[in-house]
Amino acid sequence: MYQYDSYDQAMVDARVEEFRDQARRRMEGRLTEDQFKPLRLMNGLYLQLHAYMLRVAIPYGTLNARQMEALADIAEKYDRGYGHFTTRQNIQYNWIRLEDAADALADLARHEMHAIQTSGNCIRNISADHFAGAAVDEVTDPRPYAELLRQWSSFHPEFTYLPRKFKFCVIASAKDRAAMRLHDIGIRIVQNAAGETGAQFYVGGGMGRTPMIAPLVRDFVPIDQLITYAEACLRVYNRYGRRDNKYKARIKILVHELGAAEYTRQVEEEFAHLLSVGVEPPREELARIAEYFAPPTFRHPSESWDLEQLQSKAAGDPSLRWDDGFGLWVRRNTHPHRAPGYVSAVISLKPVGGIPGDATADQMRIVARLAREYSFDELRVMHTQNLLLPHVRIADLPVIWAALDAAGLAAPNMDTIEDIIACPGLDYCSLANARSIPLAQRISERFAESGRTEVVGELKLKISGCINACGHHHAGHIGILGVDRKGTENYQLSLGGSEAEDVSLAKITGPGFDEDGVIAAVETVTDVYLDARTDGERFIDTYRRIGMEPFKEALYG
Amino acid sequence: MKILTGNDLRSGAVVWWNGSGWSLFVDDAVDAGDDSEEILAREEAARRVNVPYAIDASIDAGGHVRPAHIKDRVRALGPTVRRDLAVPTADKTGWDWVI
Repeated sequence: MYQYDSYDQAMVDARVEEFRDQARRRMEGRLTEDQFKPLRLMNGLYLQLHAYMLRVAIPYGTLNARQMEALADIAEKYDRGYGHFTTRQNIQYNWIRLEDAADALADLARHEMHAIQTSGNCIRNISADHFAGAAVDEVTDPRPYAELLRQWSSFHPEFTYLPRKFKFCVIASAKDRAAMRLHDIGIRIVQNAAGETGAQFYVGGGMGRTPMIAPLVRDFVPIDQLITYAEACLRVYNRYGRRDNKYKARIKILVHELGAAEYTRQVEEEFAHLLSVGVEPPREELARIAEYFAPPTFRHPSESWDLEQLQSKAAGDPSLRWDDGFGLWVRRNTHPHRAPGYVSAVISLKPVGGIPGDATADQMRIVARLAREYSFDELRVMHTQNLLLPHVRIADLPVIWAALDAAGLAAPNMDTIEDIIACPGLDYCSLANARSIPLAQRISERFAESGRTEVVGELKLKISGCINACGHHHAGHIGILGVDRKGTENYQLSLGGSEAEDVSLAKITGPGFDEDGVIAAVETVTDVYLDARTDGERFIDTYRRIGMEPFKEALYG
Repeated sequence: MKILTGNDLRSGAVVWWNGSGWSLFVDDAVDAGDDSEEILAREEAARRVNVPYAIDASIDAGGHVRPAHIKDRVRALGPTVRRDLAVPTADKTGWDWVI
């Protein structure tokens, strides 16, 4: 994975000291909150309901064991012993003190991490497919391109004060595991018929109060013009994006109002101009970055097992509880790997009744150890608020599972109704209207206890506590949005969303429910699905076939 | 009644105006009444508390201060899903009125 050079390190260190001085002046009363707020936000420090919250960037969700241990240390030293992994592949600390914030940033910097551009109207942390570098179906590892974009966008003077925040996502497969088309710019790395590498650009997607699916703007940008095309997209937005209305300031509104064709025409014009100027980094820089992402040296397949061998060896071991323990976890939480004898293993942060995305410092250290010993020192943060060991030998799975199980990290629930995305909601967030976490806890308990999780199969349930949609409710097979109804929590139910390659936006079923009511409603719609599904149909497939009406009829009569 | 709240500048902790300073405990909050604007202006200038503001509240039969809005009730005790991290309170019924 990428390692800071002296320039990166000097830049981050300087920023820490700059912030230390700003925080000191604020605490001495020499800066007002109005003066200080934009400065702290540029360093990822929010003020939430109960305390300051620090959002730390994890570029494209990749980190090593040493970095995860540093995150654990920060959780204990400056917070309350835990952190929250987010849908943007970041980590948030909920209880940071302003007087400690610069020290926390300094600790991050010592481990090649920072919180720069995790807030504000700038280019945020670049997200990517969490299986990057491991997936069978990718044309190449997308992370070198994500890293190039990260370096280009860090402190870019032209894009530090955009009309609104800006989110990139980079993938390199036909399957979309990163909600690519629900980003301001989604990039899919592809190869053309001649075998040349390039990038598809999707521009103007997003969730929030006005959800939109990004249209394709260019189906092949030569890879050595990637930054130039991105810069052209940003320039048109920076020039014409609305600054008079915060709610109409995202690029999706500009693309929608201009129309994709006119936006594209303007981008192409700017692109031609930029090509004549020459803003693309030298090819040597991309090659230098790519070296950091060279695949690990995988062992020969004869030194591992395939999944059939694993089952034959593990099924007879009672300590592994094949049927409802290890075997179930292998079936649900492992993902095919490009190297024979290997898989990627999802570490669920969604125990039944737990808080989605939360991990204690001790759990982070256990995950770090497993990454160091069994996954070439690599970890990923998934946008689903889980963690991932990307490169695991199948023969090592029993010992990995045993360690995870002992730490409460072996919930076998990837992509099931227990694998719920939920934003922090009104329990933590100053923007929220309703709580999200208790719903996730109760729904996972309800389905786990009844044994319906297995029966229902793949079902992506996503919960947001307000219209900003950090919990991706627009993209849930089932989505729940918390609203404030005359001072009480109320929940709108929506169906039919997807953030995958079959991307779609969920539609609201009808009037909202109270907390008990929406949990019952989730059970009702799964009943409708189970009654109507044909062989092999997922919830989303059945919904698309039979439409909204049967669900509405069951919910509202 | 009108009570005043904000977040402590240094720690970020939720605090409540108790008549002479800021307390961590909502039950210490006092009715600022017509003096709200003056106190807020003075405290804003003192820069000890981030963006202090006035909210509606009431006192229940047990003498406990109850913020009117759900958001401030959550702020008063802490995350409902991490009661182990809650603000200590002598009010045994505290969680009953948050939601």
